[in-house]
Amino acid sequence: MNLQAEIPLDYMIVLSTIVFFVGLLGVIIRRNLISMLMGVELMLNAVNINFVAFNHYLFPHRLEGHFFALIVMAIAAAEAAIAIALIINIYRQFATVNVDDVDELKY
Amino acid sequence: MTGPKIIFFILAASIVTFSILSVTSRRILRAAIFLLFVLVAMAGLYYMMNFQFLAAVQLILYAGGIVVLIIFSILLTSQINSKLDRPKMSHLIAGIVTAVGGIVLAAITILQYTFHPTTESPIGTDMRTIGIQLLDTQITGYALPFEVISILLLAALVGSIFIARKHNT
Amino acid sequence: MDYSYTLLILLLPFLLFLFIGLIGNKMKPQLSGVLGTTGLLVITVLSYFTAFNYFTNKTGEAFKAIEAFQFLWLQFTDKLIIHLGILLDPLSVMMLVVITTVSLMVHIYSMGYMKGEVGFARSYSFLSLFTCSRLGLVLATNIFQMYIFWELVGVSSYLLIGFYYERPSAVAAAKKAFIVTRFADLGFLIGILILSFYTNTFDFNLLTSDDGPAIAQPATAVFMGLSVTTWAMLLIFMGGAGKSAMFPLHIWLPDAMEGPTPVSALIHAATMVVAGVYLVARLFPIYHFTSPDSLNVIMYVGSFTSLFAAIIACTQLDIKRVLAFSTLSQIGYMMVALGVSGYGSEGLGYMASLFHLFTHAFFKALLFLGAGSVIHAVHSNLMTEMGGLKKYMPITHITFLIACLTIAGIPPLSGFFSKDEILVAAFEHNKMVFAVQWLVAGLTAFYMFRLYFNIFWSSNREYHHTPHESPASMTIPLILLAVASIFSGFVPFHDLVTTDGLPLQTEFHAMIAVPSVAIAVVGIIFSAMLYFRKNPKPESIATSLSGIYTFVYHKFYIDEVYLFITHNIIFQFISRPVAWFDRHIVDGTMNLIGNTTVFFSGAIKRMQSGHVQWYIWYFTSGALLLVLLILYLN
Repeated sequence: MNLQAEIPLDYMIVLSTIVFFVGLLGVIIRRNLISMLMGVELMLNAVNINFVAFNHYLFPHRLEGHFFALIVMAIAAAEAAIAIALIINIYRQFATVNVDDVDELKY
Repeated sequence: MTGPKIIFFILAASIVTFSILSVTSRRILRAAIFLLFVLVAMAGLYYMMNFQFLAAVQLILYAGGIVVLIIFSILLTSQINSKLDRPKMSHLIAGIVTAVGGIVLAAITILQYTFHPTTESPIGTDMRTIGIQLLDTQITGYALPFEVISILLLAALVGSIFIARKHNT
Repeated sequence: MDYSYTLLILLLPFLLFLFIGLIGNKMKPQLSGVLGTTGLLVITVLSYFTAFNYFTNKTGEAFKAIEAFQFLWLQFTDKLIIHLGILLDPLSVMMLVVITTVSLMVHIYSMGYMKGEVGFARSYSFLSLFTCSRLGLVLATNIFQMYIFWELVGVSSYLLIGFYYERPSAVAAAKKAFIVTRFADLGFLIGILILSFYTNTFDFNLLTSDDGPAIAQPATAVFMGLSVTTWAMLLIFMGGAGKSAMFPLHIWLPDAMEGPTPVSALIHAATMVVAGVYLVARLFPIYHFTSPDSLNVIMYVGSFTSLFAAIIACTQLDIKRVLAFSTLSQIGYMMVALGVSGYGSEGLGYMASLFHLFTHAFFKALLFLGAGSVIHAVHSNLMTEMGGLKKYMPITHITFLIACLTIAGIPPLSGFFSKDEILVAAFEHNKMVFAVQWLVAGLTAFYMFRLYFNIFWSSNREYHHTPHESPASMTIPLILLAVASIFSGFVPFHDLVTTDGLPLQTEFHAMIAVPSVAIAVVGIIFSAMLYFRKNPKPESIATSLSGIYTFVYHKFYIDEVYLFITHNIIFQFISRPVAWFDRHIVDGTMNLIGNTTVFFSGAIKRMQSGHVQWYIWYFTSGALLLVLLILYLN
């Protein structure tokens, strides 16, 4: 299957850009900590698309992008685990998961 | 329209649609399910690009692991039928302006740029090659990042247990 | 001969100072006294040993200066190098003996005098610091090191004058002494800088050698009609005059008697105040060869001070103040002797000055310690509250009498020899100065015996509790010092300490000795007539001369003049504008900077809202702006 001829690299990257900024939008507008975490997961996945696409289209003689995507996934898993541990702890402390109510650290 | 193109557009359209739905939906459990769809569609994308292993990992790790974790924590912290607050107007405007501006800026930049693929012969992406490369200690191998990431995972494991456990003090 | 052990002479008192100063409060007071005295005994023995070795092992005709120890302390540039070291030559070795002897006596004496005082250990630690810095001063190899120890001496003097720091008068006296000497040291420092700028060296050996940069190639620059060397030497003398309390910088010394009496004996009579004499003697070749003008200044200042102080001493009632003014007068003698001295075979004045320094240290320390013994018994400083003490305090009485006879210059006590040499030197150089000094010799005899008769004879007054002789720790130093006062005149000084290290030929001048003894005897008889028994004659003389008497009694109102100048002129017209400038312009600038920062941080602190989403937004929009800037606006 010769993907290069069918779908240009630009499509892939524009797609990942859209997903990235949608994820950013989610992080900014949602005040629920879990929703924000989902936005972050979207952003990480968008980055993964980039890695994989560059690897496949531009440097198929190595597997760098592939392994990078793999490592990003591992980090995403660790990050999700810790984030959820934090969220549960915050919920226990403040009885809320609303990020606006957790603003102790300020001027 | 050829087969791959059709598949790609279907995948792309579902990724974009479900990701937008996932961030805009006010029911948090639904948002998590939309996220799951996005992740599955991405696995399809990886599969199209011949990275079957990565697609499988994506399904297992994200769809099977992280989304389950997220749903689990939603169930722990939220009322299942309550809706999320509407976003504040200031946040909404700021977020949309940034997101649209960022998409436009990045898209213009990407479309103006011409990428130059390498001319070297491609390497296979079968499990055998991946396995050998992942544990290879030569210059082309990835044993060191593999070990580092394993330590990171261990640290995350211990850390999350420590953070989430009930403090008796 | 290896003299490197002399380093111990400096290190030991310093270590004692640290040790007693740091843990003196933890141990028994008596122990710190014993410790300090034992340490000083070791130093004294070492000093005597050094002196013996130095004066008996002479190579060739003359005594040579030996650098027993020398190391490079600071090197700023090729020429600006500062060494620390130990210099041994006849002058410094002689001073070593004087300082350690008097210091040892004072240490022993303090054990009795200060017994039971609060801060007993403190006084011993300060005495050790003083001994260390005073020895460092005389052993310095270069003028910069000397300056360091000079200031340390000033500090320890300040600490000891203010020893009774809960008494306001002691605090004021300490401040006065420090500020006045510090002001004089400013001149000293400038003098050092000028001198070393033109000669490129600090080293005494280089500075004072015949072919050194200071003497062989004196600076030719002229400033306000005098050569820069003269200016430098005058400014250095200003520092010496401050420490030695020469007119008009003498005002601190009488007040410095607020300190404990042993301290007055050590610092303000025998050792510290002769630092100025030592300084001039140390740099004497430069004074003599390059600026005879400044030697004349020294001579006149010394002569005037000795007369001036002797006149004031005749009117004072506080016995320590009488002794303080007599110290001034005697240091004036030494300065005169330096001022009239020549070099080489004509260096009689130089020798006489140091000889007098040597003998004066013993008899003046004896006088002060005797006065301390009296004060200890009577609990008063005023001679009007004393009298008839001879039957209560026989040892103090005899030793005090010996000291008075010595300072009056009665042969064969030591004061006669040294004073006689000074008068001979003055006679050969300047007849008028000789006449003044001759008169001062009579005045000295008069006021010393006025003091003596008032304390020990006069009326048989009743005391609240019967005075008693002081303990042995106080009388033994008195006896030892009395012995030293009697016999130190027989030291062959002219063979040992001279300008060029060669023995000096001296002869006995009956022409001068007879009149000087005669006027001393006249002074003694005159004071015996007035004060031997209580009678109204002194009162009537004072009343008949009431105007002059009051004027002299108030020390010629010099203090008041100083106060007027500082308060009404310096504070008013210099300090106040400077303070205003500091408070409003300098501080204002600093406050402006601070307030501006506070204002801006107040304006932007709202950004630190604690809302993590805004932080994300700032971050991403900032990143996007940077991309925009880099890619499209370039």
